[in-house]
Amino acid sequence: MFEPVLLRNMEVPDGHLLATYEAGGGYQALAKALREHTPDEIIDLVKQSNLRGRGGAGFPTGMKWSFVPKRAGKPKYLCCNADEGEPGTFKDRLIMERDPHQLIEGMAISAYAIGAETAYVYIRGEYVLAIRRLEQAIAEAHAKGYLGTRILGSDFSFVVHIHCGAGAYICGEETAMLDSLEGKRAQPRLKPPFPAVEGLYASPTVINNVETLACVPHIVARGPGWFRGIGPEGSPGPKLYCLSGQVLKPGLYELPMGIPLRELVEDHAGGPPPGRKIKAVIPGGVSAPLIPERGLDVRMDFDSLAAAGSMLGSAGVIVIDDSTCMVKVATRIIEFFHHESCGKCTPCREGLNWVVKVLRRVEAGQGTPGDLEQLEALCKGIFGNTFCALGDGAAMGLRAALAHFEHEFVAHIKERRCPFH
Amino acid sequence: MNMREKIEAAAARYPDQRSAIMPALLIAQKEYGYLPGPVLEEVADILGVERIWVYELATFYTLFHTAPVGRFHLQLCDNVSCMLRRSEDLLGHLEAVLGIERGGTTPDGLFTLSTVECLGACEMAPVMQVGDDYLGNLDIARIDALLDRLR
Ligand SMILES: NC(=O)C1=CN([C@@H]2O[C@H](COP(=O)(O)OP(=O)(O)OC[C@H]3O[C@@H](n4cnc5c(N)ncnc54)[C@H](O)[C@@H]3O)[C@@H](O)[C@H]2O)C=CC1
Ligand SMILES: Cc1cc2nc3c(=O)[nH]c(=O)nc-3n(C[C@H](O)[C@H](O)[C@H](O)COP(=O)(O)O)c2cc1C
Ligand code: SF4
Ligand code: FES
Repeated sequence: MFEPVLLRNMEVPDGHLLATYEAGGGYQALAKALREHTPDEIIDLVKQSNLRGRGGAGFPTGMKWSFVPKRAGKPKYLCCNADEGEPGTFKDRLIMERDPHQLIEGMAISAYAIGAETAYVYIRGEYVLAIRRLEQAIAEAHAKGYLGTRILGSDFSFVVHIHCGAGAYICGEETAMLDSLEGKRAQPRLKPPFPAVEGLYASPTVINNVETLACVPHIVARGPGWFRGIGPEGSPGPKLYCLSGQVLKPGLYELPMGIPLRELVEDHAGGPPPGRKIKAVIPGGVSAPLIPERGLDVRMDFDSLAAAGSMLGSAGVIVIDDSTCMVKVATRIIEFFHHESCGKCTPCREGLNWVVKVLRRVEAGQGTPGDLEQLEALCKGIFGNTFCALGDGAAMGLRAALAHFEHEFVAHIKERRCPFH
Repeated sequence: MNMREKIEAAAARYPDQRSAIMPALLIAQKEYGYLPGPVLEEVADILGVERIWVYELATFYTLFHTAPVGRFHLQLCDNVSCMLRRSEDLLGHLEAVLGIERGGTTPDGLFTLSTVECLGACEMAPVMQVGDDYLGNLDIARIDALLDRLR
């Protein structure tokens, strides 16, 4: 049996309070880091652990930290990405609601490693309970000297501020987040320069996802070898999987990286409702191309899913059973991306507008035989030609739906109606 | 703290006043319920920033309302995970019993009904946000009970 690491306080009553966190050994990793390690040693530990970013792209965390210039002559910043807008994803919310000190401890150690004295947590504004719990936790940590000046008698000083988002998915894209933090409309910036070199207020800035930061205290406490021993060599560690859609037991599951998708869906989440069969699974939030049932033996880690033509993304696993129309699912996904397009670049702004029109027409039984080629042509115009990954994600998702479920699109056009209604 | 003091406290968290526009708008919206032009100007004056910067943000982000909303804002998620658990039936039901379409407000000003993108609570789909609270695992009976309670 796999012992939960990140979720160990999830079901504990008052798991969000400092006393509970301390009783389970909380903040001892911070004390150890400050007492026994230099900042560079912490970066090395995280590198050795091979922790990869849990926000979706899987970039090696220790490597990202090492890009922060040592002598910048400017303040450095840590930003925690708690915008969590990817449909199908709810892991960061539950960490912040049920175990916010785990995140604060992770931020304090990470800030020490990169030399930041200020952090901003960018939380989506809808997460009212998470915001309240994190505010309380920050106040408690201050009162006990885990945050503030000269933490635990060291030379390290550090404060955490909360910045609430206001309902725009694009703010989760790290450079759009920086613009939003600077008080501008959130639109992605050109990379490079990467934020680690030039980010918030043009200062070196590390942006990490909530789950990524929550892993850090455990790596310091138990060592990088322990972390690397869980799951596959190339993308190790404990992992949070968000199960939703047409499964019997939706919820948040913590299991090793690399668990087969089938085991996750059928054994842990109970499989589809009685009498139903799984048709497809979206493994990493709607930005990740869907996987048809026959592909469910793929392992849930960055490399295996990329090899299978999809991605781990945010590990938002959405299960779709055989009662559902794939044209409808694809349409809803593209409507989402179209709605959330920031409008900066033409292929995404205009291309998705056209894709939505064609898809709605096909779904309503008013499509024509040329529509599928037109969709393919539109995907081609979008993919690889957009400023940020939002446009790419939309095009990849639609292409997967067209490739695996072409017969459903064709049936809508031939029968001039939705065969599922 | 009055609104000005709250906004000034928020602004102290940033090296640049412009960064405080978003938090200031959230504070102002709590105070006034929505953000009409004069409120936006007040926010700009308190922070000493360009008015256009404030207008820009108030219209870019969906959580800011430049027009009034009902006393209870029902925000039903219709993204994929909720759709797979039949949120559209709930939308139809809400439209029928409230006598409004999505985006509308009841004539008594009690309810505004909107659909929203994923609320990040798909484990309890279908989900609706009402004010600050998330209500999950919804069905028609629970919706009816909720409306009775709010009325
Ligand atoms: N969690 C969520 O709610 C969502 C997650 N996503 C995920 O976001 C991913 C795309 O994110 P991006 O930030 O566009 O990916 P990216 O690959 O551009 O960057 C990933 C991270 O690595 C850093 N990085 C990459 N190369 C670097 C270099 N040479 N030097 C310094 N730093 C470097 C970036 O700054 C960033 O922090 C998708 O895979 C998707 O799964 C997308 C939407 C929502
Ligand atoms: C459109 C878009 C939305 C994103 N939304 C999020 C998000 O909500 N949360 C998140 O952690 N990363 C999100 N990302 C990824 C971030 O840009 C960035 O890669 C991540 O925060 C880095 O943290 P990590 O290395 O710890 O994963 C998004 C990327 C794109 C392109
Ligand atoms: S791809 Fe879309 S979301 Fe990204 S910058 Fe272009 S318009 Fe904006
Ligand atoms: S899809 Fe409705 S809460 Fe995520």
